[in-house]
Amino acid sequence: MTYNFTVSPDFNPGHISGWFIFNTWLQRAINEEIHLELYNSAHEQRKAIADDQVELIYANPYDATALVRDKGFIPVAQAGNKTDEAIIAVNQESPILNIEQLSGGTRISSTDDPDVRMMCMIMLEPAGLNKSNTITTQRDAYILIAKDLLKNDADIGFFLEETYSELSEMTRKQLRPIVRSQIHVIHHLLLVGPQLAHKKDKIQSSLLSMADDSKGAGVLKSLDFERWVAVEQEEAEFMIDLMDTLAE
Amino acid sequence: MKNMTPDDIPGEYQEHMFNYHDGTQRKVLFTNIETQLPEGRLIVSRTDLNGLITDVNPSFIEMSAYHKDELIGQPHYILRHPEMPSAAFNDLWSTVKQRSKWHGYVKNLRKDGGFYWVYATVIANIRNGAITGFTSVRRRASRTKIDESETLYQTL
Ligand SMILES: Cc1cc2nc3c(=O)[nH]c(=O)nc-3n(C[C@H](O)[C@H](O)[C@H](O)COP(=O)(O)O)c2cc1C
Repeated sequence: MTYNFTVSPDFNPGHISGWFIFNTWLQRAINEEIHLELYNSAHEQRKAIADDQVELIYANPYDATALVRDKGFIPVAQAGNKTDEAIIAVNQESPILNIEQLSGGTRISSTDDPDVRMMCMIMLEPAGLNKSNTITTQRDAYILIAKDLLKNDADIGFFLEETYSELSEMTRKQLRPIVRSQIHVIHHLLLVGPQLAHKKDKIQSSLLSMADDSKGAGVLKSLDFERWVAVEQEEAEFMIDLMDTLAE
Repeated sequence: MKNMTPDDIPGEYQEHMFNYHDGTQRKVLFTNIETQLPEGRLIVSRTDLNGLITDVNPSFIEMSAYHKDELIGQPHYILRHPEMPSAAFNDLWSTVKQRSKWHGYVKNLRKDGGFYWVYATVIANIRNGAITGFTSVRRRASRTKIDESETLYQTL
């Protein structure tokens, strides 16, 4: 049987080849055939999940919530050096210095990445801003959000911190973060579905020793991961409870 | 729980004697000094079924001004402020015990007698169908909502 693997589509496009290299490595490590399918949007990916076409996934915290609670997915590991933090940025020349200077009618540029949207909307609350008194333009990529800010087509932009730091230096020089989340406990998770659950221990032990051999270390590097760290069920449940408190 | 002592309080303070739901009493001292939760942060804690603190994050520790070992194992009312109506907490407990999410604006008391306002959410932790404890996440609240809550709480 060939298993299907996917990655939540908020990853940095620069890491696409890294995920294919990872998949090749993983198939050898656990001696199973795995097909990597990368979806273009959160919408397409959710449909594949609903149709039970995914057995292994590197999921953003939002998707992980539904996968663990409703679909019986089991946590395996997380990237050791990464938590999901969000940044709200403005054009360098904007008079806005902090959140509380924003007011009704603020124009937001955002991707459809649900975690980042949620975290950023929470960071707007102290200014009394919410869905009903802001105007959001949805973009397919973080670079387009930067463009909206540069052209003054938006007042603020929502970014995953990691993708913000990977914008070109030229672009970043023309932008200015006004707030950065410091949540620390929200992160992507590698999850296995019920069909592949019998391989969880094997996958986990392979991942944990990945940094120890030169091939594995090279694969990690192409993903920009330091290492994988095991995640137990209760740790994932804790993160999901936290996500639940933040969801509307 | 030990009474609060003037040694921990900078400047002038008022006193209040609490009778907590578990029958214990404690004298608290409180001032008018407000601390603001910095933007972008969340305060997280977990309790057991009886509201004893089992876990706190660094923002919780910083905002409460207690040390971690002064918090773990203590009842969550260690943060209760005299200006918070008990009706709010009765509502909190009955809501989460029914497995629903509770939201509210809360004024909390710090170890140094100061206070901080947050918008808090509390949920039950459900594992294999049973409630095993509770999680609360608090975030920075807007000044308008704080002012509204202050007025409302004076009437309760
Ligand atoms: C997860 C959780 C978090 C809580 N957080 C607070 C808090 O931050 N401040 C507070 O005064 N009470 C909090 N409470 C409520 C307290 O348990 C308690 O009901 C309240 O302080 C009133 O005290 P009393 O019921 O003993 O009079 C929390 C309860 C739970 C379950």
